[in-house]
Amino acid sequence: MAKDKQHQLDIVTKPQFIDGSALKIPMLQILAEDGTIRKGAELPEMDKELALKIFDTMQFIRILDERMIAAQRQGRISFYLSSLGEEAASIGSAAALTDGDMIMGQYREQGALAFRGFTVEQFMNQLFSNERDLGKGRQMPVHYGCAELNFMTIASPLATQIPQATGYAYGQKMDKTGNCTICYFGEGAASEGDFHAALNMAAVYKVPAIFFCRNNGYAISTPSQGEQYAGDGIAPRGVAYGMKTIRVDGNDVFAVYQATQLARKLAVEENEPVLIEGMSYRMAGHSTSDDPTGYRTRDEEDAWRAKDPVVRFQKWLQAQGWISEDEAQKNYDEKKAAVLAALKSAETVPVPHIDEIIEDVYDTPPPHLKKQLEALKAHIRKYPEAYPKTASRIDGGDK
Amino acid sequence: MAKMNLLQAINNALDIAMAKHDNVYSFGEDTGAFGGVFRATSGLTEKYGRHRNFNTPLVEQGILGFANGLASQGSYAVAEIQFGDYIFPAFDQIVNESAKFRYRSGNEFNVGGLTIRTPYGGGIAGGHYHSQSPEAYFAHTPGLKIVMPRNPYMAKGLLLSAIFDKNPVLFMEPKRLYRASVGEVPEEEYTLELGKADVVKEGKDITVLAWGAQVEMAEKAAEMAAEDGIDCEVIDLVSILPWDVETVAESVRKTGRLVITQEAPITGGFASEVAATIQDECFLYLESPIARVCGLDTPYPLSHEKEYFTDHLKVYEAIKASMTY
Repeated sequence: MAKDKQHQLDIVTKPQFIDGSALKIPMLQILAEDGTIRKGAELPEMDKELALKIFDTMQFIRILDERMIAAQRQGRISFYLSSLGEEAASIGSAAALTDGDMIMGQYREQGALAFRGFTVEQFMNQLFSNERDLGKGRQMPVHYGCAELNFMTIASPLATQIPQATGYAYGQKMDKTGNCTICYFGEGAASEGDFHAALNMAAVYKVPAIFFCRNNGYAISTPSQGEQYAGDGIAPRGVAYGMKTIRVDGNDVFAVYQATQLARKLAVEENEPVLIEGMSYRMAGHSTSDDPTGYRTRDEEDAWRAKDPVVRFQKWLQAQGWISEDEAQKNYDEKKAAVLAALKSAETVPVPHIDEIIEDVYDTPPPHLKKQLEALKAHIRKYPEAYPKTASRIDGGDK
Repeated sequence: MAKMNLLQAINNALDIAMAKHDNVYSFGEDTGAFGGVFRATSGLTEKYGRHRNFNTPLVEQGILGFANGLASQGSYAVAEIQFGDYIFPAFDQIVNESAKFRYRSGNEFNVGGLTIRTPYGGGIAGGHYHSQSPEAYFAHTPGLKIVMPRNPYMAKGLLLSAIFDKNPVLFMEPKRLYRASVGEVPEEEYTLELGKADVVKEGKDITVLAWGAQVEMAEKAAEMAAEDGIDCEVIDLVSILPWDVETVAESVRKTGRLVITQEAPITGGFASEVAATIQDECFLYLESPIARVCGLDTPYPLSHEKEYFTDHLKVYEAIKASMTY
């Protein structure tokens, strides 16, 4: 075939359109929906200790999500956002990383954070916006962040973290840290311009980044297929940007783990960015502000309930003899008690001192902010009953 | 007349506009059959079909780019940005495209049929990213009109004006009042003039100026001040761009005093623009410095929201300070 040397292209002499559906990317599945290993599949290397840690984290996140949705309904916190149904995607991928790898989440990756070691108390302090919250009570619930655990603080605007992950990974590469950055986002966020910028730049600069798309079927009410995109999901976009790409069953913890493990190797050893698309389903509403009965059917939800990632993994663990149903139940009950105790305790911790309102806008508060704070404090002293959360310890209170 | 809340009034205006012209389109994230996260577009898909009221993919710059194109083709594009805080990916399309379409082409092309609807403002436990009032960023952009209604009656009449106005309009809806503000609204079509302020309450001692949800705080503060024998004139600016200098100046020439209140941070806020213009227009009439009651120059906090918020007590204190200057 003739060649165009400048662009390294084959030349054809008849018009040929490539069909939009020409590239159909298959989905890796190792653990079948019934909890057995698929024929021909190879289990990733995962010892009992790690497997149980993953399961343990899944259980914890389920309890946390369930209790905090209830707490929101009771008016104890203002907002919550559940990861129900997507535990394998975030926990299975986080388990394939090292603690030094950076995690940049969207807002539904509490599983990855818990796996890293964020404690139940730390979760609760953030959710109750109290003075022990690492984020100083400034952001809505579920906007976690922890430098010590290499978990970048969550921002609500969608997809902004994706090009940041490219930049962070570039720094890791330059500093030869031997680490990578994993960046999570939904299939809805992948419509944002930031997603495209991020993948293109990552491929051009060859950075050690793993872009993990949790394709959970919905962006609030908007279904993915046909309304969010018309093509074969998110994965082909990675190929288009010249990036190694894989699609996995996001409810199969082994597929997620194996793909992420291999992706990490490519990222860290060869500076190859990777796109992983995990196919899953958002079993809960988008958040406590959302009611999915307005846009999807119970039948559809039930069909996905049968693919539950935690139940599936538990079946496998039990078949291995690594955990019994009784042990699983006992662990569940213990964790539930711990969650309830932490909830009760965090609820009574006061909000940050009012002086904190001007901190961290800059590295140190400039004079105009100090002046604004003093005016605000004088006002609060005048009307203490109107600002009960801060008035009682505005002067001399422990800051 | 019918009792409507602010959302219903907006929905009703969209309904009337879409019934009036086949080329009025409404779209945004989740705004299709679901009706939007606040339900402002409820029922429109059922009534007008999914080709006229529809979901967009999750991409604000795409929504505004699409809307600019659709408006330049001669249609009426009513684009919703789910939260004002999420409008910034579309900043380029709005500031460099919507606002300059007519000017740069010598009026060969225009996007006069464009209306951008977006909820704004705090008081809903929304933290940094569901509470901001970004009107000042856009007020710095010649070519745009900016409107911020305070109640259902105003919202319906102004939105109908905005949709059919021959210029792109940014229509900022006070989400704190979406359901809280209820009032009598005519069921038929009516319009309210853009660029015209509304004297909410007449008074002789001091002028209190606000817009959008903040008008409620000005009114409450005026009630408190009345108990001290202070007679406030409360004005709703209604339109931020262009704004009604004459109504405000006329009031200040009468009262000699002005308190301006906005939710957004004080530095570079629209209150500053009003203060500068009014001191120019009314310098010899002023009895005290023009006061601004605004947000602090910090991001909008969550746990300190009550303290941060420009509530009626802060406005009241500013009124008293101005009176005793």
